[in-house]
Amino acid sequence: MTATAAYQVSHLDALEAESIFVMREVVAEMERPVLLFSGGKDSIVMLRLAQKAFAPANIPFPVMHVDTGHNFPEVLEYRDQRVAELGLQLIVASVPEALTKGLVRESADGMRNRIQTPVLLDAVEKHRFDALFGGARRDEEKARAKERMFSFRDEFGQWDPKNQRPELWALYNGRHHPGESIRVFPLSNWTELDVWHYIARERIPLPSIYYAHQREVIERDGMLYAVNEFFRGRAGEQPFKAQVRYRTVGDASCTAAVRSDADTVEKVIEEVAATRITERGATRGDDRVSEAAMEDRKREGYF
Amino acid sequence: MSVETVAPAEADASARQMDLLRFATAGSVDDGKSTLIGRLLYDTKSLFTDQLAAVEAVSAARGDEYTNLALLTDGLRAEREQGITIDVAYRYFATPRRKFIIADTPGHIQYTRNMVTGASTADLALILVDARKGLVEQSRRHAFLCSLLRVPHLVLCVNKMDLVDWSQEVFEQIADEFTAFAAKLDVPDLTVVPISALQGDNIVSRSENMPWYEGPSLLHHLERVHIASDRNLVDVRFPVQYVIRPQSTTVTDYRGYAGQVASGVLKAGDEVMVLPSGFTSRIAAVETADGPVDEAFPPMSVTVRLADEIDISRGDMICRPNNAPAVAQDIEAMICWMDETRPLQVGGRYAIKHTTRSARAIVRGLHYRLDVNSLHRDETAGELKLNEIGRVRLRTTVPLLADEYRRNRTTGGFVIIDEATNRTVGAGMIVEAG
Ligand SMILES: Nc1nc2c(ncn2[C@@H]2O[C@H](COP(=O)(O)OP(=O)(O)O)[C@@H](O)[C@H]2O)c(=O)[nH]1
Ligand SMILES: [Mg+2]
Repeated sequence: MTATAAYQVSHLDALEAESIFVMREVVAEMERPVLLFSGGKDSIVMLRLAQKAFAPANIPFPVMHVDTGHNFPEVLEYRDQRVAELGLQLIVASVPEALTKGLVRESADGMRNRIQTPVLLDAVEKHRFDALFGGARRDEEKARAKERMFSFRDEFGQWDPKNQRPELWALYNGRHHPGESIRVFPLSNWTELDVWHYIARERIPLPSIYYAHQREVIERDGMLYAVNEFFRGRAGEQPFKAQVRYRTVGDASCTAAVRSDADTVEKVIEEVAATRITERGATRGDDRVSEAAMEDRKREGYF
Repeated sequence: MSVETVAPAEADASARQMDLLRFATAGSVDDGKSTLIGRLLYDTKSLFTDQLAAVEAVSAARGDEYTNLALLTDGLRAEREQGITIDVAYRYFATPRRKFIIADTPGHIQYTRNMVTGASTADLALILVDARKGLVEQSRRHAFLCSLLRVPHLVLCVNKMDLVDWSQEVFEQIADEFTAFAAKLDVPDLTVVPISALQGDNIVSRSENMPWYEGPSLLHHLERVHIASDRNLVDVRFPVQYVIRPQSTTVTDYRGYAGQVASGVLKAGDEVMVLPSGFTSRIAAVETADGPVDEAFPPMSVTVRLADEIDISRGDMICRPNNAPAVAQDIEAMICWMDETRPLQVGGRYAIKHTTRSARAIVRGLHYRLDVNSLHRDETAGELKLNEIGRVRLRTTVPLLADEYRRNRTTGGFVIIDEATNRTVGAGMIVEAG
């Protein structure tokens, strides 16, 4: 905490204090919380906040990764290392396993964004989780701008945007019946830039793909996709080398990179402060499907 | 200094020293609320080109004559289809001085619930009126709700000044009328700004069209309005949220009380009292994960350790022996009812969440229902329906550790929950606890 004589706190300290408060509320009031940990920057920041909220005790809940099978190796490595360092229990809800078992079927376009929802809900039911911490932020997307900190989900994991609980002061209502659950978004009020300022201030290590590096890519619909085992070019698409970094880390088959020379956290902050395109707009093929793509997925139980 | 262009939040260390201002916006339909928010986002470079392009595309497809900036905030399918704002939307922008969180709340009376929600956490509320129409019923209601929720700063934006020839006379008449009304409501700080949201006058920089106006531009005011002293730094109130007791071989005998400071300043060595037990002790340390701190004050989340081992659990409150909240089961409160299915009724039983404490309560009496437009008190009312506000008397199963809402927004506010549906059905502001 950096406080001045006038009893003021910076916006980052205020955001941190709010997130810590939210995490403590959940642990105090809910029975089986879990933190969704993808190895992406937002979930990494959330994990740091969880460490702070309960220190000197350990983080009192497990983390879960919904694994689409389309991963960046750097991110998986980071995930395992972090979990080991903190002595956390890691639960992997695996889409490839669910495909093998016939729980879900591959969609026509090969994108696994939609089919990860039933896999997530299945894991929630199996482990009887009643609170799920997610790293979603309200500045990311217009449906998310309407989310609550504590977002109620019915027994099918569904979000009903027109029927949300009013959220007053810092009084969060996590009451629910068995089978229902609460999605909790401690980073609701953070922006992409806040997250990066915090990463810089706290010196939080990130998977290397967040910083500029050389990569073989293909340009499609104005976005740069890395060529890898999950993403191959179509006829007529020429792979080429480019200096890129990732602004978001999601399924490797639908997350695009951006051209960038920002190879340090300071340079990334400069870049993010100057950019004129939202992070999902620049990098997510899955949000481009329709005007309400995110709202529709959220209704079904997506984060 | 006049602010001509506003740079986006900088990357350097000074950006990390920005503070945070939360404000709520209110206005009637078509007063220009969405245009104003769009303008603030645009002029602070917080609007992204893909967001703008998406809005332009949707606007064009619908045959709108102009790019409808309302589509930026109306994010839900139903909102876009019906062309209305249903729910509170949160928007973010920053200047090198401050980060801003906007709670954009729809204005119509059927959305009083949303405005109350947005105002509950706001440092400042921005009320819009159309210069051609002057004050309308809704403007008075918005001002009343802001005063009920004790929003410390109020800004009245008289919008569409371009449509009244930038007339000083029109502006002053509206400003005077509103100021007189606000005085009755006991609004602590009021600023009135003549603007054109559409053309950008007095938004970022002072307008050349209104040389007679000598006050600051809207953004200049938002960036500089002094909010640090709005916090109550006098009454020490630390609601215990969670007890940290590591089950570890390396850290033994640790017992810390985690929570967020509601008000006052806590430091090591302070004499404290714990409620409801009334036991006293001394603060041994105020800690964070980054080490001990000299002092803790709102809104810091910290862990307090005491010199003596006393039995403390979630829902207890750490305060000072000579400055403590009421320990009370009989609560007088203003209630805003938020449930469309069932009204609040005398004799009704509900769950209550107040600070970190939960209780059950029975409604013992309804003194009156307030007409939020005329402020008339209807003492014959038998219930409160959705969006209605009234004064009630409650009896709780366990004592609340409570202050008057007007003195402390954190220890004076509570929510009412329906135990059958688990829905949040009301917001309460304590008038008297005894
Ligand atoms: N001439 C003029 N028109 C404005 C101004 N502000 C908003 N409008 C127009 O008023 C109409 C309603 O504005 P909108 O922002 O949608 O109002 P809202 O319902 O309060 O969100 C739109 O046609 C705007 O272009 C202004 O300052 N001057
Ligand atoms: Mg609007």
